[in-house]
Amino acid sequence: MTAATTKNVASNKTNLSGGWPVAFWFLLPSLIGFTLFFFLPTLRGFYLSFTDWNLLANDGEFTGLENYRTLAEDDKFYDSMLTTLWYVVLNIGSQTILAIMIAVMMDRLTNSTTIRSILLLPWLMPNVVVALLWLWMLDGNFGVVNAFIEWLPLGWLFGDGPFRFFQDAGKVIPAIAAINTWKFTGYTALLIFAGLQTIPKTVYEAAAMDGATELQMFRRITLPLMRPVLALVLVLTIVGSFQVFDIVQVATGGFGGQPGGPVNASRVIYLYIFQNAINFNDLGYAAAISVVLVIILLGVTAVQMRLLRAGESDLA
Amino acid sequence: MRNKTLRLFAALLALAMVAAACGGGDDDGGGTASGEAPSFDEPVEIDYWLWDANQQPFYEQCAADFTANVQPNITVKVEQFGWGDYWTGLTAAFASESAPDVFTDHLARYPEFVESGVLVSLNDFVDRDGVDVNQYFPGLAELWTSPDGDRFGLPKDFDTIAMVTNTDMLADAGITIEDFASAEWNPQDGGTWGELIQRLTIDANGVRGNEDGFDPSNVAVYGFGLEGAFGAFGQTTFSSFAASNGYVATDEPWANEANFGDAELAETIQFFADWIEAGYVTPIEDVESLGGTTIFQEGGAATQTNGSWMISTLSGDATTVPVAYAPLPVGPIGERRSMFNGLADSITTSAENPDAAWEWVKYMASPACQEVIGEGAVVFPAIPSATKIAQDAHNANGVDVSAFTVHVDDGTTFLFPINDSASRVEDAVGPVMQQILRGEGTAADLLPAAAEEVNSILGG
Repeated sequence: MTAATTKNVASNKTNLSGGWPVAFWFLLPSLIGFTLFFFLPTLRGFYLSFTDWNLLANDGEFTGLENYRTLAEDDKFYDSMLTTLWYVVLNIGSQTILAIMIAVMMDRLTNSTTIRSILLLPWLMPNVVVALLWLWMLDGNFGVVNAFIEWLPLGWLFGDGPFRFFQDAGKVIPAIAAINTWKFTGYTALLIFAGLQTIPKTVYEAAAMDGATELQMFRRITLPLMRPVLALVLVLTIVGSFQVFDIVQVATGGFGGQPGGPVNASRVIYLYIFQNAINFNDLGYAAAISVVLVIILLGVTAVQMRLLRAGESDLA
Repeated sequence: MRNKTLRLFAALLALAMVAAACGGGDDDGGGTASGEAPSFDEPVEIDYWLWDANQQPFYEQCAADFTANVQPNITVKVEQFGWGDYWTGLTAAFASESAPDVFTDHLARYPEFVESGVLVSLNDFVDRDGVDVNQYFPGLAELWTSPDGDRFGLPKDFDTIAMVTNTDMLADAGITIEDFASAEWNPQDGGTWGELIQRLTIDANGVRGNEDGFDPSNVAVYGFGLEGAFGAFGQTTFSSFAASNGYVATDEPWANEANFGDAELAETIQFFADWIEAGYVTPIEDVESLGGTTIFQEGGAATQTNGSWMISTLSGDATTVPVAYAPLPVGPIGERRSMFNGLADSITTSAENPDAAWEWVKYMASPACQEVIGEGAVVFPAIPSATKIAQDAHNANGVDVSAFTVHVDDGTTFLFPINDSASRVEDAVGPVMQQILRGEGTAADLLPAAAEEVNSILGG
């Protein structure tokens, strides 16, 4: 009996040390997918950024750093980066605060899987459907949101309507940020909720014994202990938020508008990349912007990881 | 050892990638016509794209006739995509080398295709088969010739612009269609045309735009509805007015500079911005969100300008608004002006059998097919005799379309300002037009900067 156990452990050890071939075969399917659909296109995109590749002709010449030089002086690029940044601040700000509130409430108040499922519903909808839905609801002429604001009445808060959210340069980015907050809050809340579940209930019990209020417990227990999870969630959502595209393309295009409008107020960086590639056929320049965007996002992520000390936990 | 295998594997993959990246575009396609017309012994299928769903049945009829009577071994598959999807789809199809053999081409788009080298020059085909390019309305065939002298399309139809009016609203205001036909416009006070528009405007209290107490902030029916966002060239919106004010967008086709800084344009755009502010013209925000034609058809505007390709939609069975057409107003230059735009069929370098594709293009540009299109009464075919058929068909339906054709008869048309960077020019000017029409700046202040940007695009 003892001998057999020992032998098993021993053979396990052999398998672990010689596990590469096994691991390789297990990893192969995703390695192929990663290589074909991610790694190779990335390398090709990197290469294209040094060319004047024309999308239609599917041909181009090597131009060295020409695209990057143009980019450094491209006001539209800076403008669209600022637009994107404004969107990310609004979207991540509102979405994270709401998600933490919902997650804490779920953690402290209910275990219902039904409520968790309902939270996920907006996240399950395709982006184009979301965009069309809100395009109708936020319309200045027949939109239900305007009818609602008028009915409440919220004129003292928002000013006199009707509000043309997608036709007003000052409102279009907040409107899109709000739509994506609506879509992703539930999903973000679930991620945070999963993190909250790892905090031992005994800590709360001890705090309650000491007479701590819910608010104190949130500030001194919940927030510090879920920092690593929050860091991960923020990295994921911020990177995702920078990539906003389909809602802008569909909702600001509308029925008679111009995607990215009005007056380029919603031309986010992905839309600018899309315009250069698809409308102007300038795949090389679009690739250069994409490369710069990747570098910016890597930087943002690194800063976040460092500031939030994502690698360490106070739970240990 | 295994590490080496992995490295080798990775290196091979990288190599394959480089090969894939550099290997594209090995087939430069493009057939040129040989000395004599080929015969088609093997069955050939031609993919043909168009965007106008209203014309699809008639081109399918043409395709059937073509196979039955002209080239039994060539069959044509007609595919239709909506205007917006059409161009994105076409770009994607070119990029993936799965473009149709033949497609309906637009003057605003084809120069960019030419620059990218994805269209087949038709010169050798035209010479070989002796196609008479003078059988079309004057000027139409030349629109499709590049500065190098290469022809990239054979004309299929043309379009002009006219005033579209809601006859019920005209009758209520005591205005006849003849009043519009004889109206004059100027960018200062709108002229007699402006007076008609003011009379047709009604606020929520029923006060007309020309009466005391008119409330411009609460308008029920606008006298004039913009067809859409202005964009750079404003085919269906401002172009006729600007041209009748003496504005010329580009001095010649394929020009290296444009005249977006001209005072004649600024005056015209400012006129519309001021009249939106004054409550006589539909706010641009409503036009962007609802679409100008929708507003007109829902009775939100008494008149609009629109293109001849919309006749069957505006006067069709499905409409509730009774419509009559009037020629555009006479402007300060003493004449009316309508943009004269034409479509053509182009052959792509993706065409597997350019000779067969040419046979189909040639057939569509011939009287046999254009007469079928004319009977469909959707557009005006490029051949005068076929346009006569279209006019007769409209008349038989009780629709008077002379307001559109009068521009051709009188020679009061101007050509679409063909240039090789239409999408970049649109991107530079479109947002500025949005700004002006929202009253966020005057045309005189904002257009010169846009003009400078356009000239650097065209000159570069």
